[in-house]
Amino acid sequence: MSRESALVTADWVEEHLGDPSIVLVEVDEDAEAYDKGHIPGAVKLDWKKDLQDGVRHDFVTKEKLEALLSAKGIGNDDTLVFYGGNNNWFAAYAYWYLKYYGHENLRLLDGGRKKWELDSRELTTDVVDRPATTYTAKDADTSIRAYRDEVIEAIGTKNLIDVRSPDEFAGRLLAPAHLPQEAAQIGGHIPTAGNVPWSKAANDDGTFRSDDELKALYAGAGLDEGKDTIAYCRIGERSSHTWFVLKEILGHDNVKNYDGSWTEYGSLRGVPVALGDEPGVA
Amino acid sequence: MCGAVKGGPSLEGVDVQNQAVIQGVVTRDGQPVGNAYVRLLDRTGEFTAEVPTSATGQFRFFAGPGEWTLRTLAPKAVSVDSPVTAAKGAVAEVAVAV
Repeated sequence: MSRESALVTADWVEEHLGDPSIVLVEVDEDAEAYDKGHIPGAVKLDWKKDLQDGVRHDFVTKEKLEALLSAKGIGNDDTLVFYGGNNNWFAAYAYWYLKYYGHENLRLLDGGRKKWELDSRELTTDVVDRPATTYTAKDADTSIRAYRDEVIEAIGTKNLIDVRSPDEFAGRLLAPAHLPQEAAQIGGHIPTAGNVPWSKAANDDGTFRSDDELKALYAGAGLDEGKDTIAYCRIGERSSHTWFVLKEILGHDNVKNYDGSWTEYGSLRGVPVALGDEPGVA
Repeated sequence: MCGAVKGGPSLEGVDVQNQAVIQGVVTRDGQPVGNAYVRLLDRTGEFTAEVPTSATGQFRFFAGPGEWTLRTLAPKAVSVDSPVTAAKGAVAEVAVAV
């Protein structure tokens, strides 16, 4: 994977509006953002209602995803271009999620909804109606998703990247500062994790930094390219952004997203936890 | 929309006693800017959070006590940095003009 195969620019999207084989998909934390205005032709995925099981604390099943994408008019051969608010956190999450279920042609719109808005590009409230398809998902690709036991075993052996803000990493905050403080039972981070906030990988306008800047960022944080990497945050959306950088832009081989993240880890009994600004020891 | 409302969004229903709230309104020539983005940077300049403004130009953060900087981005405008101090149980109001 590379920047060219995983990212598209706002100009590219404008040039391809109306191409039926390219489906723009908006995914936001604020699911109402789409309804106030979206890129012409874009369909909406609600990361919570559409992509979470609702009973089990997990993704929807393969069968449910197939029904969802079929109803949205998404075909197996379509190129999906994700974009959204929050600097593409949830768009990157949906990209990773669809990769997990084996969709082949996936892209992220560089800069997401913010760049599009700051450029004063067109947004519309027109209803998008794509004819239904018969979508077939693949079996889950577990090579890109980490579970808690693997994360505990990774302490001191694999690269662990905590992509939350420094205050969340240190345990001074339990959640991003624009959300009320409700989250895991305790604060802190997984011992030996390096803190590379997702935001260091992005410019103010939400676009990704250059390949050279990104390589320097993770090398400076001590990421060992010879080891497997697990990224995590609070609920797995910001770490999808970093997973995207490492796996899809920089092309690292073994990168997993731990979507249980701190809400799960920080509520587990008996696991090691580190406090403060330093990674801590295994 | 005629003119900007003063201050941030209504705090009705918010338990201010246990929060360090930073909020306000973004205006251009006295009119609210509803498509701006406000970023919250910590004392080291590191990104902590970002919200889009509401249709009435308003924004709110639940921060921690301490020194923060708001960085506001709006279409066709240079970004504006505004320092602010937050304290638990208090609401720091910030007016941003772009």
